[in-house]
Amino acid sequence: MTNTMLDTKYNEGYVKYKDKIEHIGSTEMVINMGPQHPSTHGVLRLELITDGELVKEVIPHLGYLHRCFDKHAESINYTKSIPFTDRLDYLASMNNSHAFVMGVERMLGIDQKIPKRVEYIRALVCELNRIASHLIAIGTYGIDIGAFTPFMWCFRDREHIMNMLEWASGSRMLYNYIWIGGLYYDLPVGFEERCKEFIQYFKPKITELDDLLSTNQIFISRTANIGVLPADVAINYGCSGPMLRASGIKWDLRRVDGYSVYPELEFDIPVGKGEVGTLGDCWDRYKVRVDEVRESVRIIEQCLERLGTDFKRTVDFDPRALVPKKVNIKAQNYYVRAENPKGELGFYFEALDKTDIPRRVKARGPSFNNLSVISELGKGVLISDLIAILGSIDIVLGEVDR
Amino acid sequence: MGNQPFSTMIEKLVQEIKDTFGDTSVVGSDSSGLQPSIGINAADLRAVCAWLRDHPSYYFDFLANITAVDYYPEDRFAVVYHLTSIPFQQQLTLRVEIAHDRSLEHLPEVPSVASIWRTADWHEREAFDLMGIFFTGHPDLRRILLPDDWKGFPLRKDYQDPEEYHGIPIK
Repeated sequence: MTNTMLDTKYNEGYVKYKDKIEHIGSTEMVINMGPQHPSTHGVLRLELITDGELVKEVIPHLGYLHRCFDKHAESINYTKSIPFTDRLDYLASMNNSHAFVMGVERMLGIDQKIPKRVEYIRALVCELNRIASHLIAIGTYGIDIGAFTPFMWCFRDREHIMNMLEWASGSRMLYNYIWIGGLYYDLPVGFEERCKEFIQYFKPKITELDDLLSTNQIFISRTANIGVLPADVAINYGCSGPMLRASGIKWDLRRVDGYSVYPELEFDIPVGKGEVGTLGDCWDRYKVRVDEVRESVRIIEQCLERLGTDFKRTVDFDPRALVPKKVNIKAQNYYVRAENPKGELGFYFEALDKTDIPRRVKARGPSFNNLSVISELGKGVLISDLIAILGSIDIVLGEVDR
Repeated sequence: MGNQPFSTMIEKLVQEIKDTFGDTSVVGSDSSGLQPSIGINAADLRAVCAWLRDHPSYYFDFLANITAVDYYPEDRFAVVYHLTSIPFQQQLTLRVEIAHDRSLEHLPEVPSVASIWRTADWHEREAFDLMGIFFTGHPDLRRILLPDDWKGFPLRKDYQDPEEYHGIPIK
C-alpha cells in the first residue's frame, strides 16, 4: 500500500520534507538533537537546520514513546483505562486519572453525588502531584541551563511527596488511586499529620529555591528575553497551562470550569509579568511554575484543614461506596477538560449503549500542543537558546506521544 | 461545567450560520446530551471556522482538540472539533461527517483548518496518521506518531495488525 501511496498526493508532505532536508544550502547543516539528548527530557528528536550557531528551522519528530493509548482505551472498559491514563503524563498521574474519572462520572451522572471527603482527598493528592511535577520542571530546567544545585534540592523535596503518595496508593509514580465514583482507599491513618509536617518543612524551601535560581544573574541572562511567546501566538497554537499564563492570559480551568471542590478553595492564578525581560519569555514561564507551587501549598493547607474538621475520617466511611460494578453509560459524546500541571488535559469520549467499552477515546495532551510551538519559537535563535526554550516548555514525552 | 452553551444559544448560532453561509452549511445539530454539537458541511467548514474565530460575539480563538472517529461497520467517518472561546469562556463542538467506502487508495477528505488555528497542524497530522483522513490544504501533511513508511491506519476498526515491520516479527 505504501508503494501505491508513494505516487499519490497522500505522500506529498513527506516528499516535500525529504526534499527540504536533501537540498539545504551550502552554508547550512542538519543536526539531530535527540532522541537521546538529555535536554529533550525524553525521547524527542529535533531536526535542526543550522547555519553555524544559528537555528534556521526546527523540525520535531515524535512518536518514539507512542503506546497507542487511544487504541487501548477503545478496546477495554473505562475502569481498566485508568492505569493507562497514569502513564500519559507520568509525572502527574493523579491529575490525569482525575480528569478521566471526572469525565466518566459526568457521563454517568454521579458527579454531584461524590462525597465531599473523596473530592477533598482528590484535590489534595492532585495538588501534591502538581508540586512534584513543577519541582521536576524547575529542577531539570536549572540543569538544562547549567545550574546543578536546584535539581538536587527539587528531587530531595519531591521525594517526600513520592513517599506520601506511595503510602496512600501503594505505588510511587503510577498510582491508580482515583477510581470512578471514589477512591482506591481512604487516606492512611496519620496521613494528614504527615502532610502538615511536610508543608511546614516545604514552605521555607520554596523561598530558598526561589532565592537560589530566580534572581541568579546567570540564570536571568540565559532566560530573560529568550523565546518570547506573545499571547495571540500562544492561543493560536493551542498552548495552555503555565505556557499560556506566562504570556499574560489569566486562564486556569480550575477557576473557569470550577470542577471538583476548587470553587470552595482560595487560590490566585499567577501570570507572567515580564519582570526581568519581556512578557512571555522563558523566565516568565519558569516563574509562573514557582508561583504555582506556592498556590498549591495554599490549596493543600485548606484541604487539610477541611479534612480535619468538616469531613473528618469516620469508621464507616467507604470511599468505594459509589464505585459502579459495571459502568453503564448511555450513548453520548463528551469532552472533559481539566487543569494539569502542564495545561489543559482533555479526554473526548464517544460512549455506546449496552457496553462499557467506548467507541472512541481521544486524549488531548497539553504537552503535545505546547510542544508544537517550538518550530515558531526556535526560528533564528542560537542552539544554546533553543535548549533554554525547550526546557521552559516543560514537556513529558509520555503525553506528547501517548 | 456551568459555562457550556445552552441549547438556545446553539439554536441562535445555527440560525446565524445558516443566514451567513446558506441552509446547506449546517447538517443537523444535537443539543440533547451534556455538550451540544453542530454538524457542519465539509465544503463550508473553513469559512464557518474563520467566521467563528473572528465574530465579535463568539471569538472561538482556541482550538482545544480534533478527533477523528470511525463508525465501523457503517461506512462513514467523523471529525470532531472542540473550540473554546477564551474571552467569553464558552465551549463549542463542531462535527463533520464523511461517508466513505474505507478504500485505502482514496482517503476521506476534509478541508484543513490549520490556516485558522495552528493547533490543527499537529492534530490533523495525527488524524491522518492514525485514522487515514486526508486534510486538503494542510501545509505539511505527513505521519506524526508512526514511522513514515508505516502501512495502514491503526485506529480504524477494520485495521489488521501487520505480521512484521522491516523484518522484525510483531505478532
